[in-house]
Amino acid sequence: MIRRLLGVVPVVFGVLLLTFLLVHLVPGDPVEVMLGESAPVADRAKLRAELGLDQPLPLQFVHYLKALAHGDFGRSIHSRKPIADMLRERLPATASLALCALVIAVGLGLPLGIIAALRQGKWQDGLATLLSLTLSAMPHFWLGPLLMLLFALWLGLLPVSGMSEPGAIILPALTLGFGLAAILTRMTRASLLEVLNEDFVRTARAKGIEERKVILRHAMRAALLPIVTVVGLQLGSLLAGTVITETVFGWEGIGRLLVESIEKRDYPVTQACVVVIALSYVVINLLTDLLYVRLDPRVRFAV
Amino acid sequence: MKRWPYWVLGFWLVVVACSLLYDMQPDAISLEQVLAPPGKSTLLGTDDLGRNIAVRLAAGAGVSMLVALAVTAVTLTLGTMIGLLSGYCGGWVDRLLMQVTDVFLAFPGILLAIAFAAVLGPGLDNLLLALCMTSWVGYARLTRAQALSLRQRQHVQAAQSLGASAGRIMRKHMLPLLAAPLVVEATYSIAGLVIAEASLSFLGLGIQAPHASWGSMLRDGVRYLLVAPHYVLAVGISLMSVVLAVNVLGDQLRDAWDVRRAKD
Repeated sequence: MIRRLLGVVPVVFGVLLLTFLLVHLVPGDPVEVMLGESAPVADRAKLRAELGLDQPLPLQFVHYLKALAHGDFGRSIHSRKPIADMLRERLPATASLALCALVIAVGLGLPLGIIAALRQGKWQDGLATLLSLTLSAMPHFWLGPLLMLLFALWLGLLPVSGMSEPGAIILPALTLGFGLAAILTRMTRASLLEVLNEDFVRTARAKGIEERKVILRHAMRAALLPIVTVVGLQLGSLLAGTVITETVFGWEGIGRLLVESIEKRDYPVTQACVVVIALSYVVINLLTDLLYVRLDPRVRFAV
Repeated sequence: MKRWPYWVLGFWLVVVACSLLYDMQPDAISLEQVLAPPGKSTLLGTDDLGRNIAVRLAAGAGVSMLVALAVTAVTLTLGTMIGLLSGYCGGWVDRLLMQVTDVFLAFPGILLAIAFAAVLGPGLDNLLLALCMTSWVGYARLTRAQALSLRQRQHVQAAQSLGASAGRIMRKHMLPLLAAPLVVEATYSIAGLVIAEASLSFLGLGIQAPHASWGSMLRDGVRYLLVAPHYVLAVGISLMSVVLAVNVLGDQLRDAWDVRRAKD
């Protein structure tokens, strides 16, 4: 477990290095790109000094790390607000969206996967497979507008976009959740089918336990292990998915902030958003691995 | 029925070929028929500038195909080389290269490509560059995992004891055995790249106006969703048909060649 924790250190370092270098990938002079060619020389020099671009590269990186350690992301070039405040403002929106999507995905994917596995080869299985295959071929920027058309325009049930009206979170959350539900369905089906052939399931049935309990208490507990890993890994792509989904629905979260900052060439904000999303992903993966160890007695006692 | 992915992909190939052979003027503006629904004169209706959606779809298909094939060719070569090197050499080379792939994998989904495309600026060349910089990792991991086990095979050890060079062993004794899993992985990644190109263009980072791309068309389509739903539907269904066909093709290849998909 300690080894896993230590393994995170170089990854985090690499992530920070790569995002730090992002600004230096800008072709030409980043200050000129950010301010525009017509900006006065004095403004440029000021921004260059503020971003520390006039210092040697390794020194810049050290300053960058030091500031990050203090939770200081610098200031937005556009609005002059501290970026940390902007992130804090937007974080709840993205977190609630991701959480809703996760609930939808688990609530839909697990039952569908269980049904598909128990009715293997029957029409229910075929339908669940078809559904998950179709949903996983629908990127967010296509599923989102489709749901908008269906629920907001044709059925008139939900608001099209924005955040102010009640129920506005439903469509973006469904958009994000369906894709994950598709993966979960397939994963649950495969995992449960594998477990159903195991001896302990036969034993449970031989003891005369109700079939429902055999599935939920005995088989599902073992089948859940690979599913936990998938959920952890996919929670990250959920975070990346918020970038597109929030743009489609005008949802004011971190993802939208990232896209806005790109449009305004506000690179410090872009950088900060990328760091926050990537580091959340690293932490989620770490927690998933630790949870896995807690859940699986085989791994727990082997360590 | 099992052959339907070939039919779908064949259809799009013909469409792209036609758009290359005949200049159907995808950028021709006709302000008399803005956002016209599908009808006699235009098969799938027109967009916000009165441009023919069907013709622009064909042009966009060409862009998607170009991006997917070019990026796959580059990253497949690069990723396989890195993976072979890492798996065959082992030691510090392996540790270093895998540390680098770990960092790239720490960025979820398309985030890193978005970041690269954002700082590089819009345009087709930068789009290709951003996707190339982020798509090699999967191949490298897959190849390395396979190379690690291939190294222990008898025919490889026989070649080593006969004094074959490392390059020759990798090329002649390992690469042919890697072909099947790599082709399956490449098939899946083509679907991923079609989506990635569309995502970046959707965000305004890829192909720029007036050139057609499925992503930028979807972006415009969403803008006029309420008045002209046919626009989004036409582009979305096209995109979905390609992605679905390529994914099913990948499943079929995987089952036929009995490849277990590498988990990342």
